Amino acid sequence: MKKFLSHTGKVLPFDRSNVDTDAILPKQYLKSISKFGFGDWLFDDLRYLDPGDVRTDCTTRKINPDFVLNKPQFENANILLARENFGCGSSREHAVWALKGYGIRVVIAPSFADIFYNNCFKNGVLPVVLPANVVDSLFKLTAQHESIQLTVDLENCKVSYGNEQSWSFTVDESRRQNLLQGHDEISITLLQTAAIQDFENNLKSSEEWLFSQ
Amino acid sequence: MVTQNSPKTLYDKLWERRCISTSEDGMSLIYIDRHIVHEVSSAQAFEGLRAANRQPWRRDSVIATPDHNVPTTDRESGIEGIADDISRIQVKTLDDNCHDFNIRQFDLKDKRQGIVHVISPEQGLTLPGMTIVCGDSHTATHGAFAALGVGIGTSEVEHVLATQCLLQRKAKNMLIEVNGELHPGVTAKDVVLYVIGQIGTAAGTGCTIEFAGSTIRGLTMEGRMTVCNMAIEAGARAGLVAYDQVTEDYIKGRPFAPKNALWDKATAMWKDLHSDQGAQFDLQYQFRAEDIKPQVSWGTSPEMVMSVDKLIPNPALFEQKSEDYQKALNYMGLTAGQAITDVTLDRVFIGSCTNSRIEDIRAVAQMVEGKTVAKTIKQALVVPGSGLVKQQAEDEGLDKIILDAGFEWREPGCSMCLAMNADRLMSGEHCASTSNRNFEGRQGSGGRTHLVSPSMAAAAAIAGHFVDITQDGVL
Ligand code: SF4
Repeated sequence: MKKFLSHTGKVLPFDRSNVDTDAILPKQYLKSISKFGFGDWLFDDLRYLDPGDVRTDCTTRKINPDFVLNKPQFENANILLARENFGCGSSREHAVWALKGYGIRVVIAPSFADIFYNNCFKNGVLPVVLPANVVDSLFKLTAQHESIQLTVDLENCKVSYGNEQSWSFTVDESRRQNLLQGHDEISITLLQTAAIQDFENNLKSSEEWLFSQ
Repeated sequence: MVTQNSPKTLYDKLWERRCISTSEDGMSLIYIDRHIVHEVSSAQAFEGLRAANRQPWRRDSVIATPDHNVPTTDRESGIEGIADDISRIQVKTLDDNCHDFNIRQFDLKDKRQGIVHVISPEQGLTLPGMTIVCGDSHTATHGAFAALGVGIGTSEVEHVLATQCLLQRKAKNMLIEVNGELHPGVTAKDVVLYVIGQIGTAAGTGCTIEFAGSTIRGLTMEGRMTVCNMAIEAGARAGLVAYDQVTEDYIKGRPFAPKNALWDKATAMWKDLHSDQGAQFDLQYQFRAEDIKPQVSWGTSPEMVMSVDKLIPNPALFEQKSEDYQKALNYMGLTAGQAITDVTLDRVFIGSCTNSRIEDIRAVAQMVEGKTVAKTIKQALVVPGSGLVKQQAEDEGLDKIILDAGFEWREPGCSMCLAMNADRLMSGEHCASTSNRNFEGRQGSGGRTHLVSPSMAAAAAIAGHFVDITQDGVL
């Protein structure tokens, strides 16, 4: 996996709470058996005015000019800013593949749904939890200026706006290390193969029915 | 600090029984007993195994079935008969992966095929004390068996296949107690919708919810599964109900359940799967069964729910949420102050992992026997949760009652719960649905979902609009 150390980018303000994974990536795209190509379908229902599916050529679709992602000042924005409980609903990792495919590297929100939060780390997308009042002031900042840039520094766990303001955040240390070093989680877990085997052997004698199919 | 002797919650016990190790920052390695796989969230995981030249750690722990994206009609020719090419490729990919990696699959032609969360309990593959994962958020359903069921993403599917373990941080303990007797016609679905309406969809974030109290104890396993199924809609990754005689009776004799001496050993161990007297919960809620009326969702989040006899609420009363609530009303084409029973319905969907078990089908048949679906209803679907539920219903003659009333009787699958197959709403249509999510577009782009119990959906199909089934003369 690609390493994540620090990232500076333009903010995409998506002022909604409880954004569910159906909104991030509608289910007709779950039919794909690849991890790639989901970027064009990010926020599909909001982004386009006409319906689409896996077969539609997105370049021929009608763009919704009112949706934030289509506004010229947010072109190439790669830090998504949203309100609480972002990523609720289905466990589809496709939602993260869509964000990643579009180019989003960081999602900032006051809270995230658990499964979505986990899925982000597995794909090198950093979910950053900042207090609701900070998120609110970031929305205000983007509204005041056409668009803003933020730097998200994972080594120091800090989000900063120019030299003026910065806010710290926390991430589980093991997850932080995996992102910083670009580690593949499976390889890391397999370092504990002996412990897993021992545990399994104990279960085989204490709860044999789990193994007797 | 929890010590050996201090009272524990059910969740604490389940966690400790499967926790291999915990790192300094609190991430634990949890051993997984059962892994259920379906076509939509697994292809990329198997691809990852191949790319890294890995094999599944323990094949006998894995079971697979196609459900999300399968047609509910014309199933005679199996995979080849799936009309939509892209869906066919996805179902075929699961089939190929199961062959290549030697994984047990209840395939499209198998009588036991069905929705992942229906078939695993039905086969006795979901057992108390287990840790269960599936690439689907409604894995919480299995918590009804005092098992720890959590939904995972595709990378985690690959991780569990390769290592038999899941990396997790222990969640907080939340207790939701419901006590007292339910009014006739009020079901498990109404209980869980009511609870979500009271606490909100984010209340359970970071928690495992144990459902307890006399009302929950009084539910059948089907009802407990309905409740745990929607724990995720309250924000929790897992829901739980303690083990008791009801659990034991349900499991006994199921095809993969332990037998003879192993059964005795297993049940002796399972008896401890409840929260100890005095166990500490981080958060607690209490509700009274008698306060619960049949529920109908009016908005685009499961917390936007109301009693059938009430008027649609005014968004202005919801303070910080008022904007979201107004947006939801606009999407739903409803106005504050309107009676929910006045909304004209276009379609009715009875199915999904929340409500497609035999008890649900029986409730529907009982409600519609000798009656006819309203002329204004364009389609009323009953989609059993598994091939075996379907067969059982047919053995009981329920299909006939349901068909005679003017419903369609389909083959098992997720169907209009998420509308990946051909079953879906058209834009602007209102649907009474027994599923679990009413998000915008969930059942078809522009579709308007109202979440209800099977009896409420059945009664709505007959009337053409919602009715309060607890009123005299309806039941
Ligand atoms: S029935 Fe609906 S909620 Fe259940 S597993 Fe299928 S798609 Fe998910």
